[in-house]
Amino acid sequence: MTTVDHKKIGIMYSVTAFIFFIIGGVEALMLRVQLGTPDSTFLSAEAYNQIFTMHGTTMIFLVVMPLSAGLANYLLPLMVGARDVAFPRLNAFGFWVFLAGGLFMYSSFFLGGAPNGGWFGYAPLSRLTPGHNMDYWVFGLQILGIASLTGAINLIVTVINLRAPGMTLFRMPIFVWMSLVAQFLLLFALPVITVALFLLMFDRQFGANFFNAQAGADPLLWQHLFWLFGHPEVYILILPAMGVVSEILPVFSRKPLFGYQVMVISGIAIGFIGWGVWAHHMFATGIGPVATSAFSASTMFIAVPTGVKIFNWLSTMWKGKIRATSPMLFAVGFVTMFTIGGLSGVTHAIVPHDTQQTDTYYIVAHFHYVLFGGSIFGLFGGIYYWWPKFTGKLLSETLGKWQFWLMLAGFNLTFGPFHILGLQGMPRRVYTYPDGMGWNFWNMAATVGSFMIALAVLVFMVNVWKARKSPLVPEDPWDSRTLEWSIPSPPPEYNFAKIPVVTARDDWWHQKYEEDENGRAVRRKEMAPDVVALLGRRSSAVAVADGPPPPGGEGAGDEATTGTGSGEGDDTGDHTGDHTGDHTEHIHMPSPSYWPLVSSLGLPVLSYGLIYQYLPVSVLGGLWILGSLYAWALEPSTAPEEPEPELSSSTELAPVSQGTD
Amino acid sequence: MITRLRKGARRGVLAVLPLVALAACAKDAPQDTLQPKGPVSRQADDLINPVFWVAAVVFVLVQGLAIYAVIKFRQRDDDSPEPVQVHGNTRLEVAWTLAPALVLLIIAVPTIRTIFDLSRTPDNALNVTVVGHQFWWEYRYDDFDIVTANELYIPAGRSVAITLEGNPADVIHSFWVPSLAGKQDIIPGRTNKMHFSADAPGVYLGQCTEFCGLSHANMRNRAIALPPAEFDEWVRNQQAPPREPAAGTDAEDGFLLFTAKGCAGCHTISGVSTGNAGPDLTHFASRSTFAGSMFDTTPANLRTWLDNPPGVKPGAKMPALGLTDDEITKLIAYLEILQ
Repeated sequence: MTTVDHKKIGIMYSVTAFIFFIIGGVEALMLRVQLGTPDSTFLSAEAYNQIFTMHGTTMIFLVVMPLSAGLANYLLPLMVGARDVAFPRLNAFGFWVFLAGGLFMYSSFFLGGAPNGGWFGYAPLSRLTPGHNMDYWVFGLQILGIASLTGAINLIVTVINLRAPGMTLFRMPIFVWMSLVAQFLLLFALPVITVALFLLMFDRQFGANFFNAQAGADPLLWQHLFWLFGHPEVYILILPAMGVVSEILPVFSRKPLFGYQVMVISGIAIGFIGWGVWAHHMFATGIGPVATSAFSASTMFIAVPTGVKIFNWLSTMWKGKIRATSPMLFAVGFVTMFTIGGLSGVTHAIVPHDTQQTDTYYIVAHFHYVLFGGSIFGLFGGIYYWWPKFTGKLLSETLGKWQFWLMLAGFNLTFGPFHILGLQGMPRRVYTYPDGMGWNFWNMAATVGSFMIALAVLVFMVNVWKARKSPLVPEDPWDSRTLEWSIPSPPPEYNFAKIPVVTARDDWWHQKYEEDENGRAVRRKEMAPDVVALLGRRSSAVAVADGPPPPGGEGAGDEATTGTGSGEGDDTGDHTGDHTGDHTEHIHMPSPSYWPLVSSLGLPVLSYGLIYQYLPVSVLGGLWILGSLYAWALEPSTAPEEPEPELSSSTELAPVSQGTD
Repeated sequence: MITRLRKGARRGVLAVLPLVALAACAKDAPQDTLQPKGPVSRQADDLINPVFWVAAVVFVLVQGLAIYAVIKFRQRDDDSPEPVQVHGNTRLEVAWTLAPALVLLIIAVPTIRTIFDLSRTPDNALNVTVVGHQFWWEYRYDDFDIVTANELYIPAGRSVAITLEGNPADVIHSFWVPSLAGKQDIIPGRTNKMHFSADAPGVYLGQCTEFCGLSHANMRNRAIALPPAEFDEWVRNQQAPPREPAAGTDAEDGFLLFTAKGCAGCHTISGVSTGNAGPDLTHFASRSTFAGSMFDTTPANLRTWLDNPPGVKPGAKMPALGLTDDEITKLIAYLEILQ
């Protein structure tokens, strides 16, 4: 509850996101049952509209974003060789705000009805809908926006400022890069949606006319603002998964990422171009042939960096030594499914035909191939890949493969038919459809497929459950490439006993391997002793299982016993083990605090007050936030009786250099 | 493992092929976008067909390479030599940056040409104004002074220029008849334009495609293309004043109920009432469907409807009026003479 450890917070993000994933999945199943047959009465129109709105909102804001944030939170400091994130307490605050926002949003189900205007909340429908349903959406998204914004700032500063010595920008792991681009997109996109939500809030709560055509306003303003956020949002969701896949493919092909620099640049390019394509969501709104043509061209253009990525991924696998493990299967699944989503994406740029496709199930198919076949497959790959880092244990390969094949089959059976349904003219967001439209068969197929996906998720849960009892594995079970594998699993609270000095991209790999005259990887004959010690040992995790060793305490002794010898001054750098005792004495970690949690709870209170227009409650909420922030600011970061420790030289900020390898 | 991978590969191909085949030859789907029935929709279709083939080639290429790589380069045993550490290949990477860019450029040219082509309304088109309401369509033929609802009658073979007028007090709707043209939004306070024509007489189904509230799914419409002569006859019929009920019939009682029960407050019947919240009923019985083309115009459907409109069409603005069976019978009798 009080932790400010980025790893614990990362896991809290991920677990919470997974719970919301189950909820959003159950909502999806309800939608599929309703649409499995024509003229179904399983759900009422009102229930359907609430559930499809919440399914979209949940999966985007409460699942994929926080799951990516969770991974980034856990891994980014480890991958750049930092002790923690830049603002540990802000990090905790971000998580609690996210949780508060999610619970606030879901409380609407019990307080008169959930949001029912679609995750896109088009005005004027969203401003005219009676009841408080859409108010929950407006306030909920604003709360979640605060969470994401704090996370974005925190991670950006962490990556820019806290890199280990020698970790230049072009030596950063690709996942760090893609997350960084995504966080920058968040930083710029969230204020736009916040403005839109504020305007809508004023329309709904105070009778303003920002989107009221009767007062001369233009409802199209909402769509411009919304998609100016909403389109970059797509890349916020997909870029981290691209990063995950770019980490997994090299490890399981035993080759470096093909064209690292181009991968980085294409990621940045996607981030930039992502801003110039928002109006392709609006080809049917009558924006005129000139604007239409421009956005058509820019939409096509974004396929170029995306295509580059796909071909580079294929080249990474090419002539590698591929191990078809669960993470690898999910990564390859990502590449192939995402390709389908990308290709259907190009067809949207064919504007005259897009006016046939848009708002049909063809679009639903497209973005599920990108966001489920892409983001979710990629993130599952990441979970399988990093699970031993999180827990020290492996997930079962057999169950992992069952999950993958079930999920792949179910996924294609669900969303493949959506292409056909859309081209056959089935609109999206309809709670029912009549018999005789030619849609019955494929809808039933999709419903069956959706239950196969559900089964696959169950297999995953069984896998996680069973993995509790599986034996501990070595720290670097996959023979990986990046820094997080050079420390014990799960990592101690301070991450690195000694901050590593990075000399190359994939520094950890280079400590283990060198290239022979043919360019083949061969084991280094003279590996640093601590590297040798770490490869294949499984001792520190035993200590960790009893709780993380306190800095400078007994844990350090543990470290010392395992990391025997020293590669002092060795050009390969030393990572763990030696001199731990000396260094950890100086490691200063922030102390836990209740205040991030307490202050985050003020936001829903404030929002409830505003929704029900009961001023005292909003004032209470406001004072709550201000008061707890004040207390937070005054709380000493270390318990007063402890002397302020001296900063060890190894924790100094890394110089930011732009050089390449 | 390998057999499993092969199986997976085959499964992938098998999943995709019938998709393409079935999408191409679905005959029983009245809203199929790939079966154009007019020049405008055909132009869009002509544009997408080559793109589908390009996409198919890329699809086969990428999936093929991925599956091939996973099978061909899989690890056979632990002792096999480590792979060559290829870090990149600038020439290749430039190639697959430029190649897609070139392909897209080739696609972009005809696309943009078609965009501008379609933005020009043909001369001598029939003018119709379409207004979207929650959850039904209003059609105004200003040339003929006709107002009707839900079923758009057009002459086959002649262009129809549609003005999409957004009622400032309403929400966004989108007008779509897939076999004739792509969709266009109807946005409060704005006016959009579109045009299309039907090759041959027939009934073309469509529906609202912008989420507009509870009964978005029930906001359907149909375009009915008539041979020109029949269309002219339809125009004359619509221009004629509504038929009056004969004295002493149920229809006359229904006519009286129409005013007494408040129907007149919302519905226009030419020469009888001027309400404009609901559809114009002047020639109600000449339409084959009602309530946003949700129901066929049959006495049984009308009975269910008049008993409780929001009960059968969620969110319908017409309230349940608490009519007795007898009153409903009489109202139906009146509505049936409005041909």
